[in-house]
Amino acid sequence: MKKLINNAEDVTLEQLKGFGLAHPEIEVHFDPNYVAVAGGVQNRVAVVSGGGAGHEPLHGGYVGMGMLDAACPGQTFTSPTPDQMYEAGKAVNGGKGILQIIKNYTGDVLNFRMAADLLRDEGIEVRNVVIDDDVALKDSLYTAGRRGLGTTVIAEKVCGAASQEGYDLNQLAALCKKVNIHGKSMGMALTPCTTPQNGTPSFELADDEMEIGIGIHGEPGTERMPIKSADEITEILATRILEDGAYTRELTEWDPEKGDWVDVEVKDITFQSGDEAIAIVNSMGATPISELYTVYAKLAEVAEKHGVKIVRKLVGHYITSLEMAGVSITLVKADEEILRLYDAPVNTPALRWGV
Amino acid sequence: MSDTTNSEAAVSAAAIRLWLQKSADVLAEKRAYLTELDSPIGDADHGNNMDRGFKAVVATLSDKEDVGAVLKAVAMTLISKVGGASGPLYGTFFLDAGKPFAGKAELEPADLVTMFEDGIAGVKKRGRAEPGMKTMLDAQIPAAEALKAAVAEGKSAVEALKAAAEAAEEGMKATIPMQAQRGRASYLGERSIDHQDPGATSSYLIIRALADAVAETSQ
Repeated sequence: MKKLINNAEDVTLEQLKGFGLAHPEIEVHFDPNYVAVAGGVQNRVAVVSGGGAGHEPLHGGYVGMGMLDAACPGQTFTSPTPDQMYEAGKAVNGGKGILQIIKNYTGDVLNFRMAADLLRDEGIEVRNVVIDDDVALKDSLYTAGRRGLGTTVIAEKVCGAASQEGYDLNQLAALCKKVNIHGKSMGMALTPCTTPQNGTPSFELADDEMEIGIGIHGEPGTERMPIKSADEITEILATRILEDGAYTRELTEWDPEKGDWVDVEVKDITFQSGDEAIAIVNSMGATPISELYTVYAKLAEVAEKHGVKIVRKLVGHYITSLEMAGVSITLVKADEEILRLYDAPVNTPALRWGV
Repeated sequence: MSDTTNSEAAVSAAAIRLWLQKSADVLAEKRAYLTELDSPIGDADHGNNMDRGFKAVVATLSDKEDVGAVLKAVAMTLISKVGGASGPLYGTFFLDAGKPFAGKAELEPADLVTMFEDGIAGVKKRGRAEPGMKTMLDAQIPAAEALKAAVAEGKSAVEALKAAAEAAEEGMKATIPMQAQRGRASYLGERSIDHQDPGATSSYLIIRALADAVAETSQ
């Protein structure tokens, strides 16, 4: 393992210190760890997310005006703990409640759910919306369901803007759920990655092999196959996304009427000819932007063949897996509301426009 | 202890504290092993997380004689230090396991059964899991069943926990051919088969530590 670290046990803490020094407009808190907009939130819904470290710029890089109000970083690839989300929530609560945006990983879901229970005990209204956009996984009957990938970034952007516009908690939760069912992603890996704590690669892959259908935690994908050209890889990922059916599953959410957690059936959209979409071509960490442009060129072609028009795009490092080489593609079907909120000004370390 | 009567089989708060100390010791010792088990089917952090959590647990152990309070402190520490899915799941286990024993300084064998059953019910609810899904429950449930059967036969706490640890070990091994249906391993589908579940393994180690601690303090 070759990494720019001091002590493997301290990486998250040291990275967080550096983040705070580099971005003094964002407050970094320790023990428990969270980052939050300075001065908290007044008179609007607070938007909070979080997850393991190692996915930078997700989520700390998205804290700022027009996006997240707070983010809770866990240890590398390990979900944060409820005390972090509890303190972060209390710090940014502006009296209108908290929307938690959670990627569908068992640990993240369980910890955020416990945190929501703790905040609710304090009289703070909380809704949590789970993002599960990974089309590599076929069903949720025998798995923990589809994982959360790039749609998370769009959900955070759009919901942050909606909070600024004055959406209330119910409207914001409904919007976040809409973005989730409009978004589909799929990723692939050319190389594994190494967490500083373990020091060895997360899986072994021969030089002429690749993993298709990966998540963001260095885990192997759903399929291993001989490596193909950039165009062939892009075609596999994009086609799976564009031809993915209307995925139906049950997601657990808080029901304020019943005062309990309930399972709600959720059904995805399918892409149709004539749709407009926001696209992300995302590096898993080590893949350079130059190669991402090769992927974007093919993605635009495949989307056009399906009649889907890409109206906004992000090409770069948005939701990574340490130094893994590879790419993930996200397409979010856009409507007037999603596009308006996507275009709204944002000022964060990793996403900035309109300011 | 060679006798098998119930009367001398009560489990003291000191034995519970020794259990947690022994758990921390074995999890530190097996840290790399647990992470290695977690590597092909999970995200290779189980050993690190459990070691970090139980190190923190040991730091909170005082000479408290209230078993319920000890278990609650363990739960809150695990919830805030472990992270991942294991934090809330083990946290819930200890939280629910300890609830009936607030203010109690020792546990009878029947109390041990209640402790396991309540803890397991909490894990099932929190994780929305059932046996056979390749999770920690696959070690915990057989252990609880063996414990209950042994206690019903009038075995001592030492002997009943020995049976529980053996059943947990069997249950842990039985996860090898299972296809995972919960947690990150479930994403691998059939590729999760032929791997021993890390959560079932840490559960076995913790149950074995309990059996060892009670045997040691009963001598």
